Amino acid sequence: MSTDTDDQVLSYPLPAPSALEPPPEWVQLRERCPVAHVRLASGDSAMMLTRYADIRQVLSDPRFTRDLSADGAARTTANEGGSAFENAEAAALVSGERHQSWRRLVMKWFTAKQILAMQQRMETMVNSLVDDMVAKGAPADLLASVGFPFPVWVICDLLGIPDIDRDKLAYWSNTMLSMTQYTQQEIDAAQLEFRQYMTAHITSKRDNPGPDLISELLTVVDEGQRLTEQELIFTAQGILVAGHETTSNMIGKMMAMLLADRARWEQLLQDPALVRTAVEEALRYDANSGFGLPRFLTHDAEIAGHSVPRGTTLVCSLSAANRDERAFERADAMDLTRTPNPHLAFGAGPHSCVGQTLARTELQTVLTLLLRRLPTLALAVPPDALPRRTGLLVGGLEQVLVRW
Amino acid sequence: MTPRPTSAPGQKASSPMRILVDLDKCCGAGSCVLAAPRVFDQRDDGIVLLLDESPPEDLHKAVREAAAVCPASAITLEERD
Repeated sequence: MSTDTDDQVLSYPLPAPSALEPPPEWVQLRERCPVAHVRLASGDSAMMLTRYADIRQVLSDPRFTRDLSADGAARTTANEGGSAFENAEAAALVSGERHQSWRRLVMKWFTAKQILAMQQRMETMVNSLVDDMVAKGAPADLLASVGFPFPVWVICDLLGIPDIDRDKLAYWSNTMLSMTQYTQQEIDAAQLEFRQYMTAHITSKRDNPGPDLISELLTVVDEGQRLTEQELIFTAQGILVAGHETTSNMIGKMMAMLLADRARWEQLLQDPALVRTAVEEALRYDANSGFGLPRFLTHDAEIAGHSVPRGTTLVCSLSAANRDERAFERADAMDLTRTPNPHLAFGAGPHSCVGQTLARTELQTVLTLLLRRLPTLALAVPPDALPRRTGLLVGGLEQVLVRW
Repeated sequence: MTPRPTSAPGQKASSPMRILVDLDKCCGAGSCVLAAPRVFDQRDDGIVLLLDESPPEDLHKAVREAAAVCPASAITLEERD
């Protein structure tokens, strides 16, 4: 196998010095070893990419598949059952020919128009979460108070799930995304309970349809497009798993980054119109985005001048690419006015995050309301003491203690 | 002395822009709509709907941003100066 790191095989994900700082190896890897040999938690080998252009190329090329259940593909976790990446049935729905028609069905619920229509409800949700946090008094964990519940509330709304079941959904999604935090038994139990819950939910929506995604997908009658019950469950699971933890963690990290340097928060207080570009910059600047995106090569390929044989598993480190000096001027500086900001936090190419407008709007809503309601907001711990969450596919903080 | 002719307000500027969108590549992310809502919209299924293929100059900056942030690289700009 072609590699320039025969002398050392890095363990992936690379450890970072603190929650908000990037692993020091990134600079060297981008410079000298853009296709680096790494060992995953499972013990399997993969090649890690760190440059913006290479990752964009790989994510846009259909020969690099997302199906990690394929023979010979590396296992991403140490767990027997594998992670969210290795489910063959789910993979069949979201890759290859079925993917496009599925994506277009689901996309209907994630267009800018649809999301903007949800904005009012989102504001009500965030306001009520902030009310509760303020009522309990400082210091408070911003993540537990706002960041963690808010996106799951939005997804429950989208799926037509009643408010009283929000906590259950939050637990299942947390467990299903686990790499090492939960035992295989706990993950299997969460999967099973979630599927049983969704089966019952689908039945009830069939009888009593509402203005939600599940009811709408049930009305699709076109033979080629119609989803089976199994596919509906995977769709709901995918939306929950992809839309909850990622956004929750990003809310925590965004707020931590903006409060870690008072000048950033002050800049936003003075000019709240910067919220949009500030959110994009937080997404780009996030050094702790987690596992990144794996791809499996079904053909021999050339990446950054290296030949990479078929059968190779690639891991694309989106955070490393987002700090690539070749793509971003002053890549190591957080610039809240950066425009344009073509970061890869949502991936790129045909599988680019279907919920990115939703995520952006959620982040903008939280930031706008916190600026407006708690202008004196500050971290209650030094930034380098922020505790990290580990053992999940998505990187994040365990807690973001704040006062105001 | 003859004054140099200047373009009247409202007239298309002397540096036209033409936008091309690739519907097959479009992944429906909607980032163009967020960057330049007067120029881009989405069909019901999320695919891009071009509202103005040759927008006035005051929108060029937003359109360039939309093209740059398109995750599918589905927006191409033809610009002359």
